[in-house]
Amino acid sequence: MKNKYSIFSLARNALSYHQRWQTAWRSPEPKKQYDVIIIGGGGHGLATAYYLAKECGITNVAILEKSWIGGGNTGRNTTIVRSNYLWDESAAIYDHAMDLWSDLSQELNYNVMFSPRGLLHLAHSVHDMQEISRRGHSNHLNGIDAEFLNPEQIKKMLPFIELDCRYPVMGGILQKRGGTARHDAVAWGYARAADALGVDIIQNCEVTGFNIRDGAVCGVQTSRGQISAKKVGVVTAGHCSVLAEMAGFRLPIESFPLQAMVSEPVKPIVDCVAMSNGVHAYISQSDKGELVIGASSDTYTSYTQTGGFDVIEETIGAIVELYPLFSRMKMMRQWGGIVDVTVDRSPILSKTPVDNLFFNCGWGTGGFKATPGSGHVFAHSIANGEMHPIAAPFSIDRFHTGGLIDEGAAAAVAH
Amino acid sequence: MFIIECPWCGKRDQSEFSTHGEAHIARPEDPSVLSDEQWGDVLFFRHNPKGQHYERWNHAHGCRRWFNVSRNTASSEIYASYKPGEARPGAGKS
Amino acid sequence: MKQPNRLEHGGRIDRDRAIEMQFDGQTLSAFEGDTLASAMLANGLKIVARGFKYHRPRGVFSAGVEEPNALVHLRSGARHEPNARATVVEAYDGLQSTGQNAWPGVRFDISAVNQLLAPFIGAGFYYKTFMGPVKGTAFWMFCEKFIRRAAGMGRAQTVADPDEYEKVNAFCDVLVIGGGPAGLAAAIAAGQCGARVILLEQDACLGGSMLSLPVGGESDACLKAMEATLKGMDNVRILKRTTVFGAYDQDVYGAVERVWDHVEVPPAHQPRQRYWQIRTKQAVMATGAIERPLVFANNDRPGVMLANAVRSYVNRYAVLPGKKIVLATNNDSAYAVAADLVRAGAEVSLLDARVSVPAELFKPLEALGVQLYPGYGILAAKGSRGVSGAKIVLLDENGCARGPSKTIRCDLIAVSGGWTPVVHLWSQRGQKLQFDEQSASFLPLKSASSTLKTAGSANACGDLNQALLQGEVAGQEAAKAVTGVVGVQVNVPRLKEAIYADDWARDLLMIWSVTREDGSTDGKAFVDVQHDVALSDIDLAHREGFVSVEHLKRYTTTGMATDQGKLSNINALARMAQLQALSIPKVGTTTFRPPYTPIAIGAIAGREQGIHFRPTRLTPVHDWHVDNAAVMIEAGAWKRPWYYPEGGETINQAYVREAAHVRKHVGVVDASTLGKIAVQGPDAAEFLNRVYVNAWKKLKIGRLRYGVMLRDDGIVLDDGATARLGENDYFMTTTTANAAKILGYLEHLLQTAWTDLKVHVTSVSDQYAAFAVAGPSARDLLDAVCSGADLSNEALPNNQFVKATIAGVPVRINRMSYSGELAYEVYVASGYAHAVWKNLFKAGASFDIKPYGTESMGALRIEKGHVAGPEIDGRTTLGDLGLAGFASRVKPFSGSVLRHREKLDMASRPTLVGLEIDGDTGGMAGSLIYDQRAQQMGEEQGFLTSTTYSPALKKYISLALLRDGHERFGESVDIVNHVGDTVQTAKVVSPHFFDPEGARQNA
Repeated sequence: MKNKYSIFSLARNALSYHQRWQTAWRSPEPKKQYDVIIIGGGGHGLATAYYLAKECGITNVAILEKSWIGGGNTGRNTTIVRSNYLWDESAAIYDHAMDLWSDLSQELNYNVMFSPRGLLHLAHSVHDMQEISRRGHSNHLNGIDAEFLNPEQIKKMLPFIELDCRYPVMGGILQKRGGTARHDAVAWGYARAADALGVDIIQNCEVTGFNIRDGAVCGVQTSRGQISAKKVGVVTAGHCSVLAEMAGFRLPIESFPLQAMVSEPVKPIVDCVAMSNGVHAYISQSDKGELVIGASSDTYTSYTQTGGFDVIEETIGAIVELYPLFSRMKMMRQWGGIVDVTVDRSPILSKTPVDNLFFNCGWGTGGFKATPGSGHVFAHSIANGEMHPIAAPFSIDRFHTGGLIDEGAAAAVAH
Repeated sequence: MFIIECPWCGKRDQSEFSTHGEAHIARPEDPSVLSDEQWGDVLFFRHNPKGQHYERWNHAHGCRRWFNVSRNTASSEIYASYKPGEARPGAGKS
Repeated sequence: MKQPNRLEHGGRIDRDRAIEMQFDGQTLSAFEGDTLASAMLANGLKIVARGFKYHRPRGVFSAGVEEPNALVHLRSGARHEPNARATVVEAYDGLQSTGQNAWPGVRFDISAVNQLLAPFIGAGFYYKTFMGPVKGTAFWMFCEKFIRRAAGMGRAQTVADPDEYEKVNAFCDVLVIGGGPAGLAAAIAAGQCGARVILLEQDACLGGSMLSLPVGGESDACLKAMEATLKGMDNVRILKRTTVFGAYDQDVYGAVERVWDHVEVPPAHQPRQRYWQIRTKQAVMATGAIERPLVFANNDRPGVMLANAVRSYVNRYAVLPGKKIVLATNNDSAYAVAADLVRAGAEVSLLDARVSVPAELFKPLEALGVQLYPGYGILAAKGSRGVSGAKIVLLDENGCARGPSKTIRCDLIAVSGGWTPVVHLWSQRGQKLQFDEQSASFLPLKSASSTLKTAGSANACGDLNQALLQGEVAGQEAAKAVTGVVGVQVNVPRLKEAIYADDWARDLLMIWSVTREDGSTDGKAFVDVQHDVALSDIDLAHREGFVSVEHLKRYTTTGMATDQGKLSNINALARMAQLQALSIPKVGTTTFRPPYTPIAIGAIAGREQGIHFRPTRLTPVHDWHVDNAAVMIEAGAWKRPWYYPEGGETINQAYVREAAHVRKHVGVVDASTLGKIAVQGPDAAEFLNRVYVNAWKKLKIGRLRYGVMLRDDGIVLDDGATARLGENDYFMTTTTANAAKILGYLEHLLQTAWTDLKVHVTSVSDQYAAFAVAGPSARDLLDAVCSGADLSNEALPNNQFVKATIAGVPVRINRMSYSGELAYEVYVASGYAHAVWKNLFKAGASFDIKPYGTESMGALRIEKGHVAGPEIDGRTTLGDLGLAGFASRVKPFSGSVLRHREKLDMASRPTLVGLEIDGDTGGMAGSLIYDQRAQQMGEEQGFLTSTTYSPALKKYISLALLRDGHERFGESVDIVNHVGDTVQTAKVVSPHFFDPEGARQNA
């Protein structure tokens, strides 16, 4: 049994100079065989493994991570959590996640610092106003909170915003339950909790191929040898096409760089998350005081985990346009990740042409917020061999049947 | 911030171009003979390779011509630009 | 004013120019050439800042960009800047600065009480607590408030930045990064080889490490010679105060020049900073190295400094920060420092972790009276608000104390743990690093084909003459790679003789952390001083299994402060390596991310602010709209008249009046923003036939036709009218929003798929203006102004056009109606548009002509049931919009196959209907529609797309997408506005509310 984290354990350990803390997770050697192998040790993969063990009674599970857990998009995103999506299908999965987010720290006994401080979308045009109006109503229908704000109310929330900019702020929509969480803690919390339930987390283990017999997957080849498995779930944001190719099929996905940056830390002045699709400025402030700024994705495909600085220029331009007082603050760090983008900007949780091989990918620029929900329904789908009802609409089939869940059409971006 | 060589105009800054994904996807001659499945593959399913990639670019703020680029998606190195209809160059540098 | 630590002589300061500055209300006397930090030290200031977490007192630690401690608020008001590193703030008279992250001040700070909590708030403590006793986020959010109160370093300014910034693009053959000895030599060599060179130096002066050497010595002569040489080279451009912050694909470098940051207010019309984007063919990375600190208990006390920083203060600024100095090292580079300190009048004890030190190093020092302690290290600094002594011990091979400690009294501890070459740009270019055992540092793994050369300290070259030589070679090679010319003779100044035998890049002993026998420390021993990450935190992370470097970094936050690990990374890695019993390279290193040093956000935004944030498109009659009090609205890049208020009207009053006016008299709307595409060529008709859902082959010259395009997957893409101007000449219009998209789409098809079609498409959006003239008097008005055309209903029925002139200007008049009234679209060359528009109004006076804006245009089109953006939203099909009848059943067209897929052909898809809303309030777009019998969540039947008040019907109406819509005309439904929590009732009707037979437009 792991030692439980609490203020008391912290105090107790302080007295023993913190010499008695256990490792957060083990570093086991891979076994020869698992019931389920999850490829990809990001938030979604770790959550999948956790729920497999916790709720589906499958504990003989391994997570294979080619590098270090939480090192892909989990550790590179701008940590925004929200569920105010337009379509019922999206609302269902993101709000399922939202329900799990609110108790996640207690569930995992790990403070993931989910802080619903409110998430505001700004509207800068008649078109934006129409978009938020439709979305707001749709949100309410799906039990998702949405409030329309006028410019004065926005100014109250963000006193330093320049409402009268090139694209004047006409209004906004607020999801009070939206906010941020600590991205690393999500990975580590799931890892620690999954490990406690017997899941093997195997880092520095790269999958190089699938063993497929009679149309069904039966194991994987890795940089640390062959491992057999009854079922395999692939949760490798950024590299899902590479994995699909190993398994012999293609995905309706292209991979793009997505960049983000933080400023030097300053005393908190931005309390909520403020997003603006119209001018593409997404900003929040971390508990350390850094402004966290998300850029738009580059327009060309890339696996380099960097992007063009022109995208940063654009983003910074938008930030200064909306928040002129940030001009004298300094950018401290910029980085990039690889996002897997589908044509309808909705994810893929699906069976594949290979039996017992499941894919969870295509989250594009917005996967972090779905982490608990995605892992939860994906675990149940793998365990039952049938897609969970919340996951079912996100099948690969939709690209043939026309059942797209188009979150991108109106907003152009769907962060 | 690439410098891209337009086969007609020469080297120009990336800001003059737009890109539209994988090249050499033939548009069906007779749309009606394809099944939904085949059409879906044409429209949505992509190779999306890590490494050598052939992709379509448009000199949008220049001659507005479409052309193909051979580029490495793992290193951002551009190997070649060529006109539509021309055979794709071999992998790597030409 | 007295400057207690200022030396009588020397330094590269201008003693004739005395200045005064303020720090926390205290006056600092200084000279031009000082930095804020050197002035603080000269004036004897010890505590200049407080730590991030524990609020321990902090003093100046370094003399460069790596400064972790001395972060201050600079200036006040609109030019306030947080987190300024005092070590690189150039002194100027009147400079105002204050301490930050402390209350009431840095000398006495209430939050220092946090030190008592230190045992509880080690690495990652917040992951283990604050979760609260019950489920939910309430407890965490309560705690978070307090955490956020403590967060941050400095305070952001609260008003907009008054300064301006610029962007510059530059091109060169060889970019030399760093104006130290290697960089200067590289620039001279490359320049002499004929290359176009740009040399960038972050400091205000050239010279780099040479500036820290004694004034007037051998190195100064060499530096002067190099500067003189460069002065005479007009192919070498030198930018000082310019930091290269990032290296990007294809040899693009980003740099920020601090043009006027060294004064209070930039001169008029001058930028504060300038962002350079430099494209080069070759680059030389001569970025130098940063000295590495040592880790021991209380190594953060004011008075603990980097050894070579102390040397800089002595030689460059003539400031001796301490009189009795303990100097600790594990390598050769402290020896020259010791000599300079003694010469400046200090008493120096030198501790070297190495037991055997070459005689050539220590012999000269012994002669100067330096006390040597071979095999010794510092276990702890003594003193709480400043250094009062050093507890020293003999070390074993792991840096653990061997035997008892003794204390040396001192007022300054200077440390040197070797050097960390600045390889950020190399790493950012995606090039490999390898660990060099000699210098214990990660160095560029060179490849001959690389366009980035390295020279000098960045390359772990620890000797000045060697660095000059490396620079010369790198510059020559880079130039050669560009020019192709070999064997050019270069003449780069050199030192006459080696100055010191102080090559730091050899014989380093890899001990950085000093602990007690059991591995513990005698107090907090900081690895990352700025982020308050102690050795014990690294140990804890290791214990908890955070063994990957990135996990360590993230768990402890080491290297994540504003210095981004410049000082801490190697020491943290070394500790991890020690704990894991691995070598440093086996542990690995984290990725170097741009920017190298923090850069002002405003500099990157440049002048693209305010109205220049995005280009603005104005129609040719924009000025008329403005002159006539139109309220303008953004439509993409366009500005369009939204409405023309009269006598204090609100938008709602204005649009209703405008729309009613059109139906009664005549109105004109500026439709110039429509996309206009010339489609020309013998196969134009065939082409249109393929991209539009309807048939085009039989359209006669002089006619026009409405058309709809689909995406290949069957979703509606765009609509608009196309006129046939001539045999092979068509004029297409698109919606305003999709103009560029449709042009690109058509070009793509023609150039890549249908290359056999002889068709050209050309955007003529900017070449033509378009005005819709609508209303019962439209024909009479046009008859009055037009010449040369018969506009009668017989001669010009709907969907035909004629050519005419208005005031002598040729125009094309399309008879077509969007408003449902008798209407014409007047197309005119943009240059004449304003004149034609004015003529319309002049002649229109007697017809009561009024302009109308986009809002009333929307009302009119909703009354007619015409679809627009809210309906064509990228998700609807022809069937959804009631447009299926337009589609040809005989010919294939784009989207013709996939539009019949199961999910797009379902009968249950919502279809376009009209709603007549009961009562006197309008509907809100997006509101949901329910069957009146079963109004339950999840049973919504559709939603409102476009709503308006209809002056024609005298009621509120809306277009909507409703399940089984066409079968429900006459049915009453509920409209629920969940957001406003209101319910309205409405009657389902045809979307063609007004004049469905079209009698008015055909009149």
